[in-house]
This record gives sequence, structure tokens and C-alpha cells, in this order.
Amino acid sequence: MAGGQALLVLLALLFALAAGLVGCFALMKRMVLASDVISHLALPGLGIAYLLKFNPLIGGAATLFLGTLLVWQLQKKTGLAADASIGVVFASALAIGAAVTPREDLIEALFGELRSISLLGFFLGLVATLLVVLSVILLKDRLALSVFSPDLAEATGVNVARVNLIYFLVFSLTVLVGLRFMGTLLASALIILPAATARHLTEKLSHFLLVSSAISLVSVLAGFVLNALVLRLSTVGPTIIIFSALLFALSFLKRTT
Amino acid sequence: MAHPVLSVRNLTIAFGRHVIIQNLSFDVPAGNCLAVIGPNGSGKTVLLKALLKLIPYEGEIQWSRDARLGYVPQKIAADRQLPLSLRDMLAAKASFLKLPSREIDQICAEIGLTQDLLSTSIGHLSGGQFQKALIAFALLGQPNVLLFDEPTASLDELTEERVYELLHSLQRSRGMTVILVSHDVSVVYRYADMVLCLSKGKPCMGPPKEILTPAMLEDLYSAPPKYYRHVEDRQKGS
Repeated sequence: MAGGQALLVLLALLFALAAGLVGCFALMKRMVLASDVISHLALPGLGIAYLLKFNPLIGGAATLFLGTLLVWQLQKKTGLAADASIGVVFASALAIGAAVTPREDLIEALFGELRSISLLGFFLGLVATLLVVLSVILLKDRLALSVFSPDLAEATGVNVARVNLIYFLVFSLTVLVGLRFMGTLLASALIILPAATARHLTEKLSHFLLVSSAISLVSVLAGFVLNALVLRLSTVGPTIIIFSALLFALSFLKRTT
Repeated sequence: MAHPVLSVRNLTIAFGRHVIIQNLSFDVPAGNCLAVIGPNGSGKTVLLKALLKLIPYEGEIQWSRDARLGYVPQKIAADRQLPLSLRDMLAAKASFLKLPSREIDQICAEIGLTQDLLSTSIGHLSGGQFQKALIAFALLGQPNVLLFDEPTASLDELTEERVYELLHSLQRSRGMTVILVSHDVSVVYRYADMVLCLSKGKPCMGPPKEILTPAMLEDLYSAPPKYYRHVEDRQKGS
């Protein structure tokens, strides 16, 4: 395996770890729909970058973070029950992205690609992943309190709006790391699926975080192996998600809830 | 009179053009139990949330410098399916406030939450256990003021009685100030030092014996005094 491809696999595993942690709180905050929206917000940026021939990740990051702030404002002003507004953002991002992305690049933008990455790209991904993991660890208590009851969290001294904003940005950063090989359609799926599977198997927060991360790592590793040995698709995202969905189905055999 | 732990002056709370509370002023002396009563929609919960600075308001809410607040909400809209054990919930607050973890065990022992319950998922707690869990949550950090918003709503009568007994014994043993929202006039009569009536008309405040008269309650709730006969009986008996 070429060095660039090995770095891609290593970065994918780091992404898996971050996704497993971030996904736990996405599930607890009942923001699965919002998560999907956030990952799709990268599509217009990717499209513009492909069109104007600059680094797609820069374009993706720009619309991703701008869109995240928009979703956060929507949540802050209207609450997550305003799924109609979130749905509008989702549909708009997808439509704009589909309109501006050159046809030959659309599949890559949606499902990711398996091209090797540079050392710089790897280190940027590594820093982003460490930032995500560290943020989740530091925010764990604040997130747990605000998920349990925003009023109680505020009364305890937690700035719930700020915690939500940081969480959204951390979520976006995680999506950004996974964008290259999972694409905008599937990046958020790996954030949600392992957490949903772990939820069936655990009742305590620390176990939930550990099991979700482990499932995410196994899914990505198995996805790469299966794709290399069996499916041989041009992108690894679908294989990872199919394997992850399979684990989710199996988790019903031993669910605790 | 003990120094006021809370002074409220000209408090007005409105949601848009809808004024909930207008120009309300009162003091709460340290160590007292103030009960807040009033019909649905009179602003009892809104008042508590303003006192906790959770919602915007006009006027002045002044807590004494040494006031440490604990809050037991009316109901938690939290998802009971959350993968959080009771210990997770209490540990999150203890960790955020940088409290030693032994405080969790001390408080749980004090209010009768066993180690088994601590490792139970919050979704599997009974209504009474969940209410005790919320009280334990409020007591973390050694508060000297507790704000209770109908702490026994949706509990059966026996559990309700036990929760109020617990509150009362906590208040006495720790010398805490309590601000209690309740619909139960007999509870208010038994435990409160002062009663604050919120109504669409002019709010009033005073000792239970002066405030909880059948005529006042009829006026407050727009219901015949027969619903509050026990109050009249208590007054005759006292």
C-alpha cells in the first residue's frame, strides 16, 4: 500500500474515533436530522471549489462552518422542533451543491474518494481529530447536563447556548475530516450509526462513549478491508456504512433498552 | 426579622405583549419557607425561572452575596431513554462545580438513594425516585436556598407526603431558605412561613393563617370554598 494511502487509512481511523464520540451526543441531543443537514452544508462549497479549481476541502469547510452557524442560530431561536426550517436548509444546500458541482465531480462530492493524501493533509486531519476528541472530553459534563435539562444546566451555571455552538463546530470539524473518503452524504452516517448501535448495548455514559468509538473504529477498519478484498469500489464510504448498518441490526439481538 | 436572602423590586415579566407578572416586590428572610400559590397561568413557574435568571425580566432581583441556589424543576422534559445513570447525572454536576465525588454519596445517603439506584439508568427510576434524584441534584454544591417548582406533581399521595417530609427535614437540618411553588394548599399551610399569592389582580403576601382564608382562596382560584374546607378546619383547630 502506498504511503499516501496508508495515511488515508490512518486518518480514517482517527475520524472513526472522533465520530464515535461526537455521535453519542448527537444522538442524545436528538439532532440526527440536524447532523445530516450539517454534513450536506459542505456540498455547495465542494461544488464551487471543483468548479473554480481550488482545494475542495477549503470550499467545503467554508460553507460547512457558515452553515453550521446558521443551523445553530435556528436551533437557538426556534428549538430543534423547528425541523421544517432545518429541512429547508438541508434541501437548499443539496440543491445549490447539485447545481454548481460539475457532473463528473458530483459522485466524489457525495460519496467521497479513495485517493491518497499528502503528509500536510494528514497532519491537518490529525490536529482536527485531536481537537475534536479533546473538546468532547472537556465538554462531556456540560453536554450531559444540557442534554438532561437545559434549564437545570443553566441553573447550575452552564452556558447552554455556548456549549451548543462549540458542539456544532466540533461536529462540523468531524464531518470535515471524514469528507474526503466518506463524502457529504455518508460522513454524518458514521457519526450517527455507531452511537445508535452503542445505545442498544449500554446504559451508562462512559460505556456509551467507549462502545460507540470502538464500533466506529471496527466499522471503518472492516470497511477498508472488505472494500480492498471483496467489493473493490472506487470509494470506501458505502462499504463502511453497510458494515456499520449491519452492526446496528445485530445490536438488536442484545439490546438493553 | 432575619436579613433578606432575596429582595425583589418592581419585577415585571412579559412574553411579547403578554404581561405575566407586573411590578412585583417582596423579600424572603434567610431560613424562611416562602410558598408561591396561584391559579394556572398566574406566573409561578415563570417567577422561579426569573429568580434563577433563566428568562429575561425587568426590575431588580437581588440575592444576598452568600446565596447558593439549588433548583428542583416542575418536570423534566429530558428523554428518559438517555444512556445516563443517576450517578452519571450527579457526577456531571459535581465535576462541573469541581466538587469532591464523596459529596454525591453523602447526599444520596442523606435522602435515601441507595448505591443500587445510583447505578440505575434514569429512565428506569420510578416517579418518586426520579424526584429524589432531582432533589439530590439540587443539593449538590451545598446550596443554602432551594427553589422547588411543584416538586410532587404527578406523584401518588404517599410519595408526595414523603417528599414534603424530606424537604421539611432538609430545611430544618440545614437551615435552608426554601421557595416553594405548590398547588397543594394543605402543604403550604403546614410548611410555609409566608405565602405569596399570584393572581391576575393584585398579588398579596403574608403568613398562611392570614392569606389562606376560604374567601381569599375563592377569590384566587375562582372556585367555591368547599374545595379548601381542610384549610378552614385547620384554622378552627388552631
